[in-house]
Amino acid sequence: MTILIDPQKTNNESLQPKGWLRYFSFSLDHKVIGIQYLVCGFLFYLIGGTLASAIRIELASPMSDFMPRDVYNQVLTLHGTIMIFLWIVPVVNGAFGNYLIPFYVGARDMAFPRLNAVAFWLIPPSGLMLVASYFVEGAAQAGWTAYPPLSITTPQSGQIIWILSVLLLGGSSIFGGINFIATIIKLRRPGLKLMQLPMYCWAMLGTSLLVVLSTPVLAGTLILLSFDIIANTGFFNPVLGGNVVVYQHLFWFYSHPAVYIMVLPAFGLVSEILPVHARKPLFGYTTMVFSIMGIVVLGLVVWAHHMFTSGTPPWMRLFFTIATAFIAVPTGIKFFNWVATLWGGKISINSAMLFSCGFIINFVFGGITGVALAQVPFDIHVHDTYFVVAHFHYIVYGGTVFIIFSSIYHWFPKVIGKMLNEKLGILHFIITFIGFNLCFAPQHWLGLNGMPRRVAEYDPQFQFVNQISSLGALLMAISTIPFLINVFLSARNGKNAGDNPWNALTPEWLTSSPPPVENWEGEAPLVKEPYGYGKQFSEQK
Amino acid sequence: MLNKNIYLILIISLVFAISFWIGFNVNLLPAEASINAPIYDELFKILFIIGLIIFIGMTIAVIYSLFKFRKRNDQIGDGIALEGNLSLEIVWTIIPSIIVLLIGLYSYNIYDRMGGMKELNHNHEMMSSNSEKIWAGISQNSDNEIAINNLSIEVSAMQFAFLFNYPKGNFISGELHVPVDQKVSMKMESKDVIHAFWVPEFRIKQDIIPGQPTILNFTPTKVGKYPIICAELCGPYHGGMRASIIVEEESDYNEWFNKNKKPEVNL
Repeated sequence: MTILIDPQKTNNESLQPKGWLRYFSFSLDHKVIGIQYLVCGFLFYLIGGTLASAIRIELASPMSDFMPRDVYNQVLTLHGTIMIFLWIVPVVNGAFGNYLIPFYVGARDMAFPRLNAVAFWLIPPSGLMLVASYFVEGAAQAGWTAYPPLSITTPQSGQIIWILSVLLLGGSSIFGGINFIATIIKLRRPGLKLMQLPMYCWAMLGTSLLVVLSTPVLAGTLILLSFDIIANTGFFNPVLGGNVVVYQHLFWFYSHPAVYIMVLPAFGLVSEILPVHARKPLFGYTTMVFSIMGIVVLGLVVWAHHMFTSGTPPWMRLFFTIATAFIAVPTGIKFFNWVATLWGGKISINSAMLFSCGFIINFVFGGITGVALAQVPFDIHVHDTYFVVAHFHYIVYGGTVFIIFSSIYHWFPKVIGKMLNEKLGILHFIITFIGFNLCFAPQHWLGLNGMPRRVAEYDPQFQFVNQISSLGALLMAISTIPFLINVFLSARNGKNAGDNPWNALTPEWLTSSPPPVENWEGEAPLVKEPYGYGKQFSEQK
Repeated sequence: MLNKNIYLILIISLVFAISFWIGFNVNLLPAEASINAPIYDELFKILFIIGLIIFIGMTIAVIYSLFKFRKRNDQIGDGIALEGNLSLEIVWTIIPSIIVLLIGLYSYNIYDRMGGMKELNHNHEMMSSNSEKIWAGISQNSDNEIAINNLSIEVSAMQFAFLFNYPKGNFISGELHVPVDQKVSMKMESKDVIHAFWVPEFRIKQDIIPGQPTILNFTPTKVGKYPIICAELCGPYHGGMRASIIVEEESDYNEWFNKNKKPEVNL
């Protein structure tokens, strides 16, 4: 049974508060929900960042002297969980997806507005619950991977709250994924073909498929793990005949696709940003679409490369090596296409563009170490070391978080109607880029030379390099200050943006800034060439 | 046009030259102390050079585009309406595919030379009384070699220590002593949570799993004392879970072994 909800009726004025209050309400407006996701995610980013700073302070000296050892393990567990499940996944999917997808398909809202609001409102309570678990009996301390038997033997309350919280966040993610698939497939404006959609729609379609296919596996796994913890079952508990490696297979069946859930939307966003500021069509639209789908398919069959040092038979190691390395091909196509998009353009060097180019450089580096890590013999030495820590921060911070900032600089004028200050933006970029590379590049060397990850104490010979890394982390923390100043000052006194400050062609710019509740005053525009830069101009002349 | 091509070729050869120079002259790895280590370092060098070529090339392309195609103040309008170039896109699909495939085959070869592809089917009958299933890490030894190999050690890991049992000598040691240039075979099992056995100088690592024995074989080549590091988060003192492996000349090893050896106890 389907119930068609007319958005005009659901946005009943008596039910929906006006002004800033609507951001604290159960709003059904996709734009409000998008902003709710973004601001909520950013608050958790600040918490996760504080935890990261605590880790870097502890690691500035080789002894475990800043916090107790079990608290250190709680901090690293919460840092990982918060950054993944409460910052990156909700923001690149929920925030930008909700704000942009209805515009891109020419709809007035998402397919299921109520489900959409439920999906968002699951996040703040589960996030608060996760943080609050620290004050009960101590938070979970088995890492964000929660490998049994460690997760079974550490204090139970923290681990159980962690499982509940991740289950709720996973549920939120699945609700969002279903909503995006339905919106992109069924809510397209008449006359708009799939191959005319902006690239972010394709990225979100691929991501949502991954969410819907793999997140339930994580949910099932965590429920079994919680049975092992509270009901003394023996699914993964070796004392009762369980198998710990089975957990790793199930966990990584979700958690490797989770990497693509974090980076594919970023690939989509950068495909929207680069053409606008380079004034050129997106290079190779069709190959971009196929490479997204290629990444989705391959992303589902590579999980065991996280387990090369667990017990895996040789043939399995070989298969996962080849499959993983091949993801480099569709990913590489996208990067070559982005550089080709820049080539021959008229590039405005602004904050959005700089963060996007920073993303390309960082991600290429992280991708290269990723191909190396896919090789079994290479991985056996560096698995579970700081080399891996450095690699995935190059992917998720140097990649995705750079694109989140780039997107904020790009869409802030649309959402608020004011421009962000460019000087502060470029300052933000420079400090972030230097700080990030200073923090994580040296960690590759640490891993190669014998520093394992998730340790509170280490061999004193690594102290100097760790201090460089901590200095980089300090710069990253400082870089948030110009950004926050910029956002608050510009929202109040920024230069008026007008409706389309970048002269962009994608549909969200063809309405007022900020857009009206119904997205467009009249009928939704039919944009058949979202990247028709250069062409449009010659036609107009 | 000719001029442009010459510059392009010049830049590409420069990128290759720099990458090769760095690849051959910058050592990022610790000392090589096992048969595995030089094989590993060979793979590392190749991956490092290919990675550098791609990274430096892409970085130059991005920075050059930003500089060369930046919008000047007096410019209005858009760039060229270039929507794609199929032959170019086919080129940069096929070339990376070939590179990735070659790297995959090469690393298979490396893994095979490290002994990773050898089946250890017969081992468990020798290593353990019951016919439990054993998962293998890297194995330098073929089955026959293990049969005549006199150095098999049982490793047990627990929060937060390694214990090394020398069945032949009937004693347990907290330090791992091994003679240089001799094959060592270890059967590892954990008493509580997952740990991992890592010796950076040997370039080997294998998880030690509760309820599931694993095997790791290696051959040390250099006398010295190296750290054994637990690499899998195992609890609050994970960072402190370390032991030492002491590689010594055979005579020194035998002296140590005989000093610790205990007579068989018949119950």
